[in-house]
Amino acid sequence: MTQGIGKLLIANRGEIAVRIIRAAKALGIPTVAACSEADVDSLAALLADEVHILGPARADKSYLNVEALLGALKATGANAVHPGYGFLSENAEFAEAVLAAGAIFVGPSPETIRRMGDKAEARRTAQAAGVPVVPGSPGELFDVESALKAAESVGFPLLIKASAGGGGRGIRLAENPQQLSEEFPRSQREAQAAFGNGAVYLERFIGKARHIEVQVLGDGTHAVHLFERECSLQRRRQKIFEEAPSPALDAQQREALCASAVRLTEALGYQGAGTLEYLYDDATGEFFFIEMNTRIQVEHPVSELVTGIDLVQAMLRIAGGEPLGLQQSDIRLNGAALQMRLNAEDPARDFFPSPGLVQALNWPQGEGVRVDSHLYEGYRVPPYYDSLLAKLIVHGRDRNEALARARWAVEQTTLTGMASTLSLHGELLEQPWLHSADFHTGTLETWLAERRSGGEA
Amino acid sequence: MAQHPVITPLPGTFYRKATPDSPNYVEAGAEVSADTVIGLIEVMKQFSELTAGVAGRLDAFLVEDGDPVEPGQVIATLEDA
Repeated sequence: MTQGIGKLLIANRGEIAVRIIRAAKALGIPTVAACSEADVDSLAALLADEVHILGPARADKSYLNVEALLGALKATGANAVHPGYGFLSENAEFAEAVLAAGAIFVGPSPETIRRMGDKAEARRTAQAAGVPVVPGSPGELFDVESALKAAESVGFPLLIKASAGGGGRGIRLAENPQQLSEEFPRSQREAQAAFGNGAVYLERFIGKARHIEVQVLGDGTHAVHLFERECSLQRRRQKIFEEAPSPALDAQQREALCASAVRLTEALGYQGAGTLEYLYDDATGEFFFIEMNTRIQVEHPVSELVTGIDLVQAMLRIAGGEPLGLQQSDIRLNGAALQMRLNAEDPARDFFPSPGLVQALNWPQGEGVRVDSHLYEGYRVPPYYDSLLAKLIVHGRDRNEALARARWAVEQTTLTGMASTLSLHGELLEQPWLHSADFHTGTLETWLAERRSGGEA
Repeated sequence: MAQHPVITPLPGTFYRKATPDSPNYVEAGAEVSADTVIGLIEVMKQFSELTAGVAGRLDAFLVEDGDPVEPGQVIATLEDA
């Protein structure tokens, strides 16, 4: 039982709000959907025990409005907040405000959020825990001269990254000292404009890197990993197709990678679910920590399917004061799982956003198939938020069985009323390089560009 | 002289400036050409520019910065040249 949580406020929307409600219901915790005026007809609002309206559609007036969320806690008597992903999920001030209001923040401490949210500080923390990091500048850089000096040891090509950045934003590439001189001030300006903090640092760019990340759970003293996910298939640094485990690692590499993640998690005294992102260099077999996300992630279901552990329930239990209750040896890797993101974007029009009214809707069913979505027939997808509509998730005894189930799942899905990336996944699943797992973080964009020019020919 | 509506083809959020700290693209009363950007429409975190469509003098904005908009909604009116 989760003694600590009497009533849970969900400070999010879309599929993750539905996912959190489902986990809370399984634990017998009443829920409040805190939503914007645009989301009063959302599935989360329909499923929650109570609904509290935060404010107008705009995120800064609703899902990012700390005062409104604190007001919702007070008005509803909820004593815990699950922030989901995005919005305020990695905002240390929000976590602090929730704690100051006497409520539980479902996630790590504000100190941990702040520490890992500062990319340069995260890097120092990882190094101190003996976790390999991408060669980079020792700290933040403030002028071109020191950047050029630091570049001598980092090596080219390199990335200029905003300390306060995330989600792939605030990153620029420099292939030589001249480009660095040009791009450095631009990065500073961009970082200042986007994040209110102009601090940047340098990092070696690994050309054919795979994006591999480790799921962890901690209760403040003890931590375990739930193996890794591979999320190399990205467009504009947004993940499209994810899987667990990574097909690139052998058992020994997997053990080394996951053990490093647990070391860092325990060094932090981490409480809750978190993800450590790494770049994996296929050519050398080296892995490098890049950052930690101190929240639940969009692609968490693939880890749930291969381990049988409900991560969102685990988050609620830990936040409620329970110990982890899991030893590493309890967690087995079972088969393979894939996740396909359906976004309201039109692959035929360069992924232009396509909000609209859900007309016909049919989800796939069957062995090893799961759908996480907030759609229902007659639901109008609002244009104000991100474009994620659903996640088709499949599990098989091995990767080939999962791929076969993925094809079946795509074929069995009907969604009309708006364009979506469903058809893209159908095409993707036919690619030989997907089956052989011969890809890196640039592969999807290269394929999309070839597909586009091929279509015109 | 005839009055022309500037209509958004997209749903989303209307902005009169490129970033919160930027000045407005145009003010009421300004002379604009057909391809003058008068604002942005944000749809699912992607931004599209909204242009005047015809040359003339921008009469008035009917939508405030940051307001939600629907496809076909009149954003501004202008007097053509």
